[in-house]
Amino acid sequence: MTDQVTTQEVLTTADGVPLKISLKRAMRKKMITSLLLVTPLFLFILLTFLMPITDMLLRSVDNKIVGELLPRTIPLFSGWDENGQELPGEDIYRAMVEDIKEGAEAKTILRLGRRLNFERSGMSSLFRKSARTIKRIEQPDSYKAAMIKIDKRWGDINLWRLIKRERGSFTNSHFLSAIDRQSNDDGTIGPKPEYKQIYIKLFVRTMTLSLLITFMTVLLGYPISYLLATLPTKISNMLMILVLLPFWTSLLVRTTAWIALLQKEGVINDLMVAIGIISNDHRIVMIHNKTGTILAMTHILLPFMVLPLFSVMKTIPVSYMRAARSLGATRFTAFRRIYLPNSIPGIGAGGILVFILAIGYYITPELVGGVSGTFISNMIAYHIQGSLNWGLGAALGTLLLMLVLALYILYDKIVGIDNMKLG
Amino acid sequence: MNKVMKQMLIAIMLVAFTGGIALAETEMVIVSWGGAYTMSQQKAYHEPYMKLHPDIKIINDDSAGTGAAKLRAQVEAGNVTWDILDSLAADAIALCDEGLIEEINHDVDLAAAPDGTPASKDFGDLIVCPCYVPTIVYSTTFGYRTDKFATPPTTIADVFNLKKFPGKRALQKSAIDNLEWALVADGVDVTKVYDVLSTPEGVDRAFKKLDTIKDSVVWWSKGAQTPQLLADGEVVIGSTYNGRLFQAIAVEKQPIAMLWDAQIFDLDGFVIPKGAPNKDEALKYLKFATDTQRLADQAKYISYGPARKSSAPMVGKHAELGIDMKPHMPTAPANSKRIVVKDHMWWADNQVELTERFNAWLAR
Repeated sequence: MTDQVTTQEVLTTADGVPLKISLKRAMRKKMITSLLLVTPLFLFILLTFLMPITDMLLRSVDNKIVGELLPRTIPLFSGWDENGQELPGEDIYRAMVEDIKEGAEAKTILRLGRRLNFERSGMSSLFRKSARTIKRIEQPDSYKAAMIKIDKRWGDINLWRLIKRERGSFTNSHFLSAIDRQSNDDGTIGPKPEYKQIYIKLFVRTMTLSLLITFMTVLLGYPISYLLATLPTKISNMLMILVLLPFWTSLLVRTTAWIALLQKEGVINDLMVAIGIISNDHRIVMIHNKTGTILAMTHILLPFMVLPLFSVMKTIPVSYMRAARSLGATRFTAFRRIYLPNSIPGIGAGGILVFILAIGYYITPELVGGVSGTFISNMIAYHIQGSLNWGLGAALGTLLLMLVLALYILYDKIVGIDNMKLG
Repeated sequence: MNKVMKQMLIAIMLVAFTGGIALAETEMVIVSWGGAYTMSQQKAYHEPYMKLHPDIKIINDDSAGTGAAKLRAQVEAGNVTWDILDSLAADAIALCDEGLIEEINHDVDLAAAPDGTPASKDFGDLIVCPCYVPTIVYSTTFGYRTDKFATPPTTIADVFNLKKFPGKRALQKSAIDNLEWALVADGVDVTKVYDVLSTPEGVDRAFKKLDTIKDSVVWWSKGAQTPQLLADGEVVIGSTYNGRLFQAIAVEKQPIAMLWDAQIFDLDGFVIPKGAPNKDEALKYLKFATDTQRLADQAKYISYGPARKSSAPMVGKHAELGIDMKPHMPTAPANSKRIVVKDHMWWADNQVELTERFNAWLAR
């Protein structure tokens, strides 16, 4: 009796392999196939997106250059108290002379000058001058005196404090700069002088303008999408082309078109002067400021709101509204209680799309934003392309990325990410 | 099906074959600013060089505007695709400091002047760093609308005088040049500008002067914007590169005139990236393209002054317009009565701090 049961328990396939194992094999095979199918995409994203981004983010704290170029000086710093009033000892000066000599020979020392010049003006020329003249120092009585003779800045204790502070492989100075703060000479961290504060202001402006632009696209996009979703397909397809046409037009063309329309000698001002609404001396300034950025970006980002809204609204059955009306709801109540809640996922999807695109926008604010309408991304671009201070550019970029992630989590908590539909 | 395959194979072989022929000539990538400027280099340097060396094909790349950043990325990635980069003096100094471009032995690598003066003397102190071969002297200066004022502005102080010369100004969105001009307009001697700017009071004074016109300024970031703003009547006075203004005045016949007072001299020139794929060819090209005759030739196509002293007397007429180019050079005596010579080393030290302050000042 018992024997029979045990033999029956182990089910086998036709070729005698236990079913369990056979099933496992089949599952594994399936998993490998599906893994192989996603591998190309995964590798692609890893190579072209994740790795460069990580590399860029790491630059915001990278400070290896100081240790690499001052290999003799850095280890000696532990023997010097930067909080005292004494300059470093003879051994540190001697190590510095040797490091600069070696760096001048290898033509690498000026990189250190450029790095430290981001912290303190004049370091660039100090290292340039020192590299040129350091050969003169040979077996002096005092290395300290000899260096100060080359350039009296070597006798400034704050300069040595700076080098000691920036001796590690990582630095916080770029992140401090990115939030308008700095390390003071006495080692404490404090705000930058007011006339140099800018980044916090730009972050706040980027956020508020992006929110405003998102709100404007909802305001303008909602009625359009409603119209498109409720009209007969034949007509709505025609109208859809009107939405998509600007979407397919080059971004630069659309931005420049706004300049031609809005500038002081532009089409709209000309028209208003011609029909006598304003006088020729009081032409309205509508571009190269905040207004220009809001107008142009709302227009450019509108399709990103209309498309998800439209596809969500398309799925709301017309009978819902009819049912509500037949049960005695007014038009407005029916819209508020039935249609609006059903279209919320579209607003959520469009809103997040528009907001995240807006927050990183660069070329449109650059062209039409003037001074009051530029974004933090314009500063990032400046530090990557113009000042070549990639550390600060990376720090600003990292902060922007964290800000977006934080807002995304907040959105998930309040609205719920499942509550988002692209159609 | 078989036939199609055969045809495709033949096609592939053909492509590979012609590709093989194309490889026999060297493609040299030269990165410059595009537009009229690259055109002038094409006519004055590239075309004659390719005629002499039929095996060289010069490819123009117009990304010099972001050249320093892209070059750094290329060198760091170990994948340099450029052979020569056209670079402003300030960028060349930074790139050379960072070891991203090759040092040049000017007297060995470059041609001597016709009278035998070695290149290093002929270029003189325009060789601002060991990696740099300057080609042109340009200036950033002002243009104004001739139809907007009863009496035309004549000095830099007039640019800052809103009462006598009302209307918007176009200035570059940058601390460089504007701080110098503010001080000169405030009465500082052009030779003392950097001494004054080296003191905190001097910087305050410059920003205070800029404050007086801040509300009437349209800030530009690309040199082509100012001629457009002037032509549209959006501004009445604006700063830009003198070659852009020449184009608007002489070629497009806009109602614009030059205000040369306190023009700021700067340089443009060639550098060779570290790890350039055809470094030897690039050096050969530089020797030809930056000799006395070639530098003088470029002035036929664009109104920038040649960087060699020996080229100046050879500047002739514009190739298409037929006008004498000498009076349009920033270096012409009538135009250079009062000039600011940009101190690149001073800016290398102070650009970070003053730009930070300038950006914060703008945003206020």
